[in-house]
Amino acid sequence: MSAQVAGVEESEVRVQEAGYKHLLAIADLEGDDIIRLLDSTRSFAEVSTRSIKKVPALRGRTIVNMFMEPSTRTRMSFELAAKRLSADVINFSPTTSSVSKGESLKDTAKTIVAMGVDAVVIRHKSAGAPKKLTEWLDCSIVNAGDGMHEHPTQALLDLYTMRERMGRLEGLKVAIVGDIDHSRVARSNMLALNKVGASVLLVAPRSLLPEGIEKMGAETTGSLDEALRWCDVLYLLRIQMERVNESRFPSLREYTLEYGLTEQRWESLEKKPLVMHPGPMNRGVEIASSVADEVESVITGQVAAGVAARMAVLYDVLGGSRE
Amino acid sequence: MTFRARARVLDTEDIARIVKRISHEILERNKGSKDLALIGVHTRGVFLAQRLADTIDSIEGNHVDMGSLDVSLYRDDVSMRPAPKVEVTRIDFDLAGKTVVLVDDVLYTGRTTRAAMDAMMDFGRPESVQLAVLVDRGHRELPIRADYVGKNVPTSGNEKVKVSLKEVDGVDMVEIGEEEQ
Repeated sequence: MSAQVAGVEESEVRVQEAGYKHLLAIADLEGDDIIRLLDSTRSFAEVSTRSIKKVPALRGRTIVNMFMEPSTRTRMSFELAAKRLSADVINFSPTTSSVSKGESLKDTAKTIVAMGVDAVVIRHKSAGAPKKLTEWLDCSIVNAGDGMHEHPTQALLDLYTMRERMGRLEGLKVAIVGDIDHSRVARSNMLALNKVGASVLLVAPRSLLPEGIEKMGAETTGSLDEALRWCDVLYLLRIQMERVNESRFPSLREYTLEYGLTEQRWESLEKKPLVMHPGPMNRGVEIASSVADEVESVITGQVAAGVAARMAVLYDVLGGSRE
Repeated sequence: MTFRARARVLDTEDIARIVKRISHEILERNKGSKDLALIGVHTRGVFLAQRLADTIDSIEGNHVDMGSLDVSLYRDDVSMRPAPKVEVTRIDFDLAGKTVVLVDDVLYTGRTTRAAMDAMMDFGRPESVQLAVLVDRGHRELPIRADYVGKNVPTSGNEKVKVSLKEVDGVDMVEIGEEEQ
């Protein structure tokens, strides 16, 4: 899972972290940490309802958004979160930068931090890139999605949404449907839900489940209909279209038939679960367009919760003084 | 760190009398409860504000607006690691034209009050702001004073004032003492 960043050797000596706090993975957190972050997410959600949507908590702090992979909503969400906390934000994207001239991640990051920043929010195609940054840089690092490893802030906003909508997390039955093997969202959510006492059922064709997943404590099934009878929350993953042509993937039509939330499936349900999706939805693939319309408010609610959850995370890593 | 109490400066009855007295003082100063609002500073200020609001309601027979304020995002003296827990701020009435009484348990350096005023101003522009505290322990670092004081308690800098209220601590009292490692 901790694949190396391309072209970088695992360093022998880990540089001592000089009291910087990071958010790298849900796997690093205890259940209590997650609950504490969800509690403070609720407080930060209130800030976004004010007429002046800004508090001075991180005034004078500088945050760099380093998105080395395309992303609109996560980047905007982090940017808004930082701005609502009064931090200064620099956005960095590889197409407009020296990365296109072949600069390594390490050099790029070092250059940025030499300008005096307090935190780097990083999205990178390689698992483990955020962790590498903690060894190289004297500042806080927040993982905004690394390869097929983790996407911790997505899990926090999802758990927040579940708790707000369902009133609890403990004992909640959550089915996650889709390409589990390639999904950092699924991984972070599964880990987080386990830590707070919810039960998780993974729903996917055998070929899209990681090997040995049962050993991680997750139940699996190949039947969406079985999962629908069981779950309180149905979490649909986005089908990444670039993977569809890989041999392990069934055809789209086949996928929709077996694992899509079709209109017929939805209408036949007596007890309808809370339907969630990390967005953007492929209408007609993992979810029928009419069903998507019906459950849209939850999914836009997830987006709004994203800003609050990221405020909670940025405040958690940067708030308070550095001793 | 544990708190070692040296003396109890207020007990249950004292606090009940103070709440009653300050309620009357607020009404006297503002000539009634029209356009009056109470805003408590988290955590214990909120419960004191609620008690004052209930008392004023029962004296005047009408309803006084009440809100709560978390000031941790507005502080300039945060030296806690990790960052303090942020409570929910709730001001669901219009501040314009209101006389707001900020309520806190202990007035010390004045920095919490400064932060509370900044936080409140982001919600609107009250007509005027007054300050009510259960205990004023001195040592101000800013030009701030309270309009309503439960009790002045002279302290030294290394002493601690511990306020306990029924709603969170199960008992009403104020003690003075030292923190021990």
